[in-house]
Amino acid sequence: MAVKPMLHYFNGRGRMESVRWLLAAAGVEFEEKILKSAEDFENLVKGGNLMYQQVPMVEIDGLNLVQTRAILKYIAAKYNLYGKDLKEKALIDMYVEGMRDLNEMIMYYPLCYPGEEEKNLNFILERATERFFPVYEKALKSHGKNYLVGNQMSWADIQLFEAILMVEELKSDILSAFPKLQEFKARMSKLPSIQKFLQPGSQRKAKMDGKNLAEAKKIFKFD
Amino acid sequence: MSGKPILHYFNGRGRMESVRWLLAAAGVEFEERNFETAEQRENLIKSGKLMYQQVPMVEIDGMYLVQTRAILRYIASKYNLYGKDLKEQALIDMYVEGMRDLYDIIMLQPLCLPQDRKETLRVIAERANQRFLPVYEKALKDPGKNYLVGNQLSWADILLLEFILMVEECKPGILSAFPKLQEFKARISKLPRIQKFLQPGSQRKPPMDDQAVEEATKIFNLEKGLYVKHKGVILADF
Repeated sequence: MAVKPMLHYFNGRGRMESVRWLLAAAGVEFEEKILKSAEDFENLVKGGNLMYQQVPMVEIDGLNLVQTRAILKYIAAKYNLYGKDLKEKALIDMYVEGMRDLNEMIMYYPLCYPGEEEKNLNFILERATERFFPVYEKALKSHGKNYLVGNQMSWADIQLFEAILMVEELKSDILSAFPKLQEFKARMSKLPSIQKFLQPGSQRKAKMDGKNLAEAKKIFKFD
Repeated sequence: MSGKPILHYFNGRGRMESVRWLLAAAGVEFEERNFETAEQRENLIKSGKLMYQQVPMVEIDGMYLVQTRAILRYIASKYNLYGKDLKEQALIDMYVEGMRDLYDIIMLQPLCLPQDRKETLRVIAERANQRFLPVYEKALKDPGKNYLVGNQLSWADILLLEFILMVEECKPGILSAFPKLQEFKARISKLPRIQKFLQPGSQRKPPMDDQAVEEATKIFNLEKGLYVKHKGVILADF
């Protein structure tokens, strides 16, 4: 009996979005238990299945997986998106860890101090164009293949695609100096599983706005 | 060509210390190239060996590995410290990732403003006591359970010992309510390679004092870094 993975989170991107992307790109159907109130979250904590009383949490294969990276790694390994040997794994890890740094900056951006939005936005865009995107542009240019590592799709490709879309939401022409990344983006967009995830009505979540942020603050009790 | 891994960092714990622990516990001899000035660090960046112009970086097996987790995972896998199957790996990952959250706060604590230090230490002690240590205490609860996962040494055990020692430096006696962790600490400390690493003169680094903080600030241009700060978790640009 194939039980679908069950994702526990609130109705926003946050730390769970990369998990949704990975599962979707791998063609794995999943279900979501959406937390809508502080009480929902408290009940989940009381249920005892959150190792550190935190979400994201994904029920999969009899495990209650927590910690974003642990979840992503498990899915990547299980669905053959983690390269073919230790060295490919290392390369994938280096790529996705960099992307995660960028991802985190973007995730925290709505929380920055009032009056510092422009400074933080510029910082994110600078990092994207000077530290992170050049690395992936160079990798694709150097081997001329369609994927970042080992000539087959991996977690790194899916994570990169997600990162590109998120930065483009902040600055739509961010890829103007990165021809290889533009080709990469076009290619990835055409993959059936990704195309499906990009359709309206998919489980992809919308960019955080004021209302979504307020909801998160209420559920997780932070400010 | 000796083939020993070479660690590139500054002469302090920071993000490299877990790597030192892991290599030591695996019995792998390693060399260190520690930069002492901002210029030396900039030269390393100019050499093109740092994927994201950041350290830690470890030269190993013909690769220039960066990103702490990528480095740790590679070493753990290579030296059989990563469990025997996907599920054990997942458990190990959950344990080490949990520790890292609090670890980062402890690591950055010497850099916090003097007026914030007391509160930071209080938060560290509280999180350790309420959120993290109980998890590992529970994992070791069953009789005969000497290691966190799969009854063999893994990198979760090594990092847990490192973690315990660091938390104790912030709050001595933190293990008083955790008997299993006390036993664990004693047991893992006695493993020959770990014992060796705990001796004075090993490559283990001391906690940061004010002078070390000043040096690190200069080397990493910390004052010019930009922070996106939330709830005491500083995502610092270094």
